[in-house]
Formats: sequence, C-alpha cells, structure tokens
Amino acid sequence: MTPALAPIAAVGRSTLAMLSAIGRVAIYAAQAVSHVLRPPFYPRELAHQLLHIGWLSLPVVGLTALFTGGALALQIFAGGSRFDAQAVVPQIVAIGIVRELGPVLGGLMVAGRVAAAIAAEIGTMKVTEQIDALTTLSTNPLKYLAVPRILAATLSLPILVAVGDAIGIFGGYLVSTTRLGFNEAAYLRNTVEFLEPWDVTSGLIKGAVFGFLVALMGCYHGMNSGRGAQGVGRATTNAVVSASILILAANYLLTELFFTA
Amino acid sequence: MIALHDVHKAFGAKQVLRGLTLDVARGESCVIIGGSGTGKSVCLKCVLGLVVPDAGQITVDGQDVTKGDHDAFLARFGMLFQGGALFDSMPVWQNVAFRLLRGRQKRPKHEARAIAIEKLRRVGLTPDVADLFPSELSGGMQKRVGLARAIAAEPEIIFFDEPTTGLDPIMSGVINDLIREIVTEMGATAVTITHDMSSVRAIADKVAMLHDGKIRWHGPVADIDTADDPYLRQFVSGSAVGPIAAVR
Repeated sequence: MTPALAPIAAVGRSTLAMLSAIGRVAIYAAQAVSHVLRPPFYPRELAHQLLHIGWLSLPVVGLTALFTGGALALQIFAGGSRFDAQAVVPQIVAIGIVRELGPVLGGLMVAGRVAAAIAAEIGTMKVTEQIDALTTLSTNPLKYLAVPRILAATLSLPILVAVGDAIGIFGGYLVSTTRLGFNEAAYLRNTVEFLEPWDVTSGLIKGAVFGFLVALMGCYHGMNSGRGAQGVGRATTNAVVSASILILAANYLLTELFFTA
Repeated sequence: MIALHDVHKAFGAKQVLRGLTLDVARGESCVIIGGSGTGKSVCLKCVLGLVVPDAGQITVDGQDVTKGDHDAFLARFGMLFQGGALFDSMPVWQNVAFRLLRGRQKRPKHEARAIAIEKLRRVGLTPDVADLFPSELSGGMQKRVGLARAIAAEPEIIFFDEPTTGLDPIMSGVINDLIREIVTEMGATAVTITHDMSSVRAIADKVAMLHDGKIRWHGPVADIDTADDPYLRQFVSGSAVGPIAAVR
C-alpha cells in the first residue's frame, strides 16, 4: 500500500471496527431480549437488582431533579424577564422536566452509578473465572447475570423518572414561591393545567429505553472485559461513556419520533 | 470415557494446541503436567465447551461434546477452578449448593443447605463457615469450598485446575489428600492440571505431559521417575537445563 493511501486505510479500519462493535452489541441485545421470555427465570436475582438499580438510585436521581428544577425556575425567570414572560415559569419548568430533563438527567445519573457498577461486577467475575464457573454449573451467564439487570433497569428507570419529575417540579415550585414571589396555589394550578398526559408518558417511555441501554452497556462491557484490573477499569469507563452517549442519541431520536411526527 | 483427538486451538497468531490427543478412562485420575502457557487449561475448557476448538474431536462416552443437550452434559461435571472462582455475592453454603438451588437438580432450600454443610464437612470445614462470605476465608479455605462445590452434585467427572497453586506445602498436602480420597470414594473420573510434582504423585493414576501443544509423554505415575523422555525428566527434576527453554 502506498503511503498516500494510509490515512484512507486507517479510516476504513476504524469504520469496520465500529460497525463490527455495533453488530456485536446488537446481537448481544437480541440474545438478552430473547432470554427474557424463556425459562429458567431468576425472580430472586430480579428482585435483588430492582433494589440495587431502582431503590438505591432514588437519592441521586431525586437530588439531581430537585436542584435542576430549582435552577431551571431561576433561569426561565431571568430569561423570561427579557421579554416580560416571567409568568410562564411553572409551565416551562413542568414541560422541561417531564419531557427532557427528568428522563435524560435521571438516565445519565443512573448510567454513572449503575452501568459502572454492573461493568465492574461482571468484569471482575470474568477475570476471576466466575463466569466460567457459572457455565460449568449449568447456568447461562447471559440469562443469570444480564437478563435480571436489564429487566430491572428497564422497569425501574420509568419509576425513577416519575419520582424525579415530581421532585424536579417541586424544586421549581420551591424556588419560584420562596425566591421569585409566585403564589403557591397559582403555581400548582398552572403546572397541572398545562401538562398533558403524553408529556409525562413520553418521558416515562424514554426512561424505560434509557434503563435498557444503561444495563445493556454495563453487561456487554463487563462480559467483554479484558484481563486484570486495567481491563475491568477500561470496561467500566467504556460502559459509562457508551451508555451516556447512547442515552443522548436515543433521546434525540425519541423526541423526533414523539413530537415532530 | 474422555477422548480428545487431534485437537487444535489458536488464539490469534498464537497456536496453543497443535493436535492434542488424549484418552482418559472411566474412574481414572489423570494429571496433565506441562510448563506455563502450554495449553493445559485450554484443554480442559475445550472439553467443557468454554473454548471452542478450531479442529479435532472431543467425545465423552463416545458422544461429541459439541452436540446434544449441553446443560445435561455439564451436569455430569464438577470443576475446581485455580482461584476458586467462588461467587463473592453469596455466602459459602449457597456457593456450594449453587447447582442444587436452581435448574434441573433443584432441591428444597433446607435440603440444599444440609447437603452443602455435609460437603463442607467432607472437605474439613465446620458448619459455621457456611454463612460466611468467600472474602472472609483464607486461600486454603476458599480452595476447600471450591472443592465442596465441585463435588456437591456428585458429578461423574471432576476437573481440577491447579488445585494447590498459591497454597503453603502443608495446605497443598491437605488438598491433594482430599482430592485423592474424594475421587476414590466417589468413583469419579478426574483430570487435574498442575505444575506441582507432589500433587502429581498424590493424585495421579496416569500422567500426561503437554508440551508444544501436544501430549509429549503419557504413562502410569509410577513410571515418571524412570521414563527416558528428556522433556519429562527435565520437568520432573525442575532443571533449568534441558530441551524445554527456560525463557518462553
């Protein structure tokens, strides 16, 4: 190969590697989904993961939503005052939280907490031969480890998003009524009257998709972890980065699908 | 019972197995020896289906290991991993009874726990260990728990991957004796991988030496000190001088 073609070859190699990785993830996701409906089932593992992924993520999602709701109210009030539209704070906070910030920030916070933990746990299991041990004990690692985590994250993220929505709106309410002089009853009435069921439902659907992506990335990178501490560390980083990027990309696609069609 | 015929396996450019052929008879305790990186663990993993060979055939009781019901096939095996490979998210008794708590061999929980405690006792551990987590155990105790897990479902075939690596000589002797006793008592077929010549002498009926991806020598354990194969003699004597390169 002539030196002039080297950059083109490098681009080609990277493209092929990326397409190959997408293919591997897609096959892994399809296998995981196909196992959800096929026995044996592991309800105890599922309950354990619901606790770890759902319940234990509540504080981080709740705090994120609370501060975001408060900051959003301040920004909208300040921005709105430029064209005398301060009164729309309740409506914009509500729609911003339930359609976008609740699911996206909730998903990103859970990606940081859960994708990293899943990748580190499964990666460590791989390098210490626990995955091989599962296989020799007639247990499919994909079914036993990945399916309960993916199912738990997919089920618990919408609930976390719903709780985050309520707390985020409450954050906006708190700041608006204590710092910006809004009337409590009028704020709540404006919020409730403005929101439509689809605003909330679309955010919950986004939450379910983000939950699936978070757990999928954690499990995939954990299962494909390299050897040693460095391999597990890299798997953990890759899980968080890829889950975060996929959440943002999926958010754009879902928003296009839900609100521009 | 276990037959590997002309098995080849490469990882990228590295050819690990280059036509490995080995037969292990029912009820026999075969120990595979060989230098680090010669493919001993790969050989066991090929039998279990954890690694897929590039070529060759592996059968157990005449049945190709790649065909048929793999879960039923694996139910015939127990394996002690080099590092124990205990599940650190669950207590010791659940590790031992893992197979008895789920799948085809599922038993009621109290029964599975009773079997686990009995197997722990068999490997010299007291019932109070049952509720500890693997991280609370010493290396020797973890090996024993791994051994208890390997025998919990009374398998026909047991694989031991470097059972004494990382243990002091006394604990190595204890583990070797336990393996020998259990294999004899259960009438199981055993394949052990080790570098430890004291393990070889304690555990083996037959020894196979793996070198350069093939079985270099095999024969009864009684013959290892008198065999004239230079590779085996160097390995048994632990000499740095001989046909096996010290730096690989």
